[in-house]
Amino acid sequence: METVVFYIFAALSVAGALLVITYNNPVSSAVSLVLTLFSTAVLFVLLLAHFVAAIQILVYAGAIMILFLFTVMFLNLHPEALRFDARNMAFKVSIFLVVLLFTGYFAAMGFNKAFPGGGAPSPSPEGFGTVEGVGRLLFTGYLLPFELTSVLILAAIIGVVAIAKRRES
Amino acid sequence: MVWVELGITLVKIALLFFVVLTLVAYLTLAERRVSAFMQDRLGPNRVGPFGFLQPLADGVKFIFKEDLIPSHVNKPFFIAAPAFALVTALIALAVVPIGKGFETTLFGLLSAPIFVKLQIADLNVGILYVLAIGSLSVYGVVLGGWASNSKYSFLGGLRGAAQMISYELAMGLSIIGVIAWTGSLRLEDIIEAQSKCWFAIPQILGCIVFVAAAFAETNRLPFDMPEAEPEIVAGYHTEYSSMKFAMFFMAEYTHMIVVSCLVVALFFGGWYPLPFGGWFGIDIDKYWFLPPIVFIGKVLAFLFFFIWVRFTLPRFRYDQVMNLGWKVLFPIAVANLIIVSIAILVLQNYGYLKA
Repeated sequence: METVVFYIFAALSVAGALLVITYNNPVSSAVSLVLTLFSTAVLFVLLLAHFVAAIQILVYAGAIMILFLFTVMFLNLHPEALRFDARNMAFKVSIFLVVLLFTGYFAAMGFNKAFPGGGAPSPSPEGFGTVEGVGRLLFTGYLLPFELTSVLILAAIIGVVAIAKRRES
Repeated sequence: MVWVELGITLVKIALLFFVVLTLVAYLTLAERRVSAFMQDRLGPNRVGPFGFLQPLADGVKFIFKEDLIPSHVNKPFFIAAPAFALVTALIALAVVPIGKGFETTLFGLLSAPIFVKLQIADLNVGILYVLAIGSLSVYGVVLGGWASNSKYSFLGGLRGAAQMISYELAMGLSIIGVIAWTGSLRLEDIIEAQSKCWFAIPQILGCIVFVAAAFAETNRLPFDMPEAEPEIVAGYHTEYSSMKFAMFFMAEYTHMIVVSCLVVALFFGGWYPLPFGGWFGIDIDKYWFLPPIVFIGKVLAFLFFFIWVRFTLPRFRYDQVMNLGWKVLFPIAVANLIIVSIAILVLQNYGYLKA
């Protein structure tokens, strides 16, 4: 049962991710990304990390993607301008980078380690993905990154206010 | 045993669907009758006694109306948007506990009695689940407005997105006080924590913010910016007809039921009948049907409150809506959080609340 659910939503998340980069229409791309985020949230539920799953949907699918969609709709992009072109320089560079990344990955890990097959999965640690577990990690082991992120967000908020004020005058 | 539990869950889902959709149908009638009463009219009273068959007639009419899909729309999203709106509203109800539950052997079919909870899914992050699903419901409005490819629909969709995101913040912040007090995100734990005193009394500020934000989240008057008739025709569902329009309509009423359940569970004691004193010694494990009656009664009272407010207050202007959300409700929610945090510390210090 769980395996079936896993394969369905793993496939959906990969399909959604592929659709994000293949659609010409930016709104369709954004909605595909929502599908990916939702499917990943289901995978978190299968790991019994309900809190992470709920936050994933609440923050990413529910808030950030709405703002994305909002902006994309305002920009009114023309699908023709976004048409795929294989002669594009950016495309060639990204193909090169992907090849480089995967070669480096396999060279560093070795084939067997890169694709660990079979065997029972290691059990998730106590309190994995629960409110208590995440909270404890955030305020002990990862306190510094957490605070730094807060400072970054604060800086972004101040930047937004500054830009909005300048327009006004 | 697994199959029995699965069967019971399926029965509960079917029952919830039936009850909620019937309630939605009768809410439309209630809205028209109550508004008529408030405006000294009669309202629809021709179909059946007191107009009780009117929702049925409306349903038949909706189904048999021509289902227009204008040629200029983005067809996949145009069709998906109303479904998305209705589904997200419906599945949010899965974690609402209307009572504790009861033990049964299914009329002697089972050897050992099993405990049936009056709730479909008992999630330990229940309240976050409702908020998460609620935040997804914006897509129905936004995509519906965008896919219609008309100026008024688009304006309605964008207004809906901006408004719902703004008020989601105030709403989320207003319930942190409740969560901090309870120390749990499970709705059942939150209700149990109110056995001595409803949260509406110590957290009156949070309660006010939550109710105001709830009106905005459901796009009900005085916050119905996305579909303000005098300004943008009918907003995001201007281009919709027949059952697709009805689905948007049903989504709005289902959303009302969801937020009413939330207000009752978070601030008005859930299944506890009076603000103080719990059940006065009545054994609710034995009389298990009493809590659902109290809970549903309160929800119905709040649904009436929604209708009452709609026909009492005029619509806000758009900038007033934004100002109210960001400059009034948000600071009040922060103030509520600070007051409640201090209160929790004081109560814990004197041993009235478990640390």
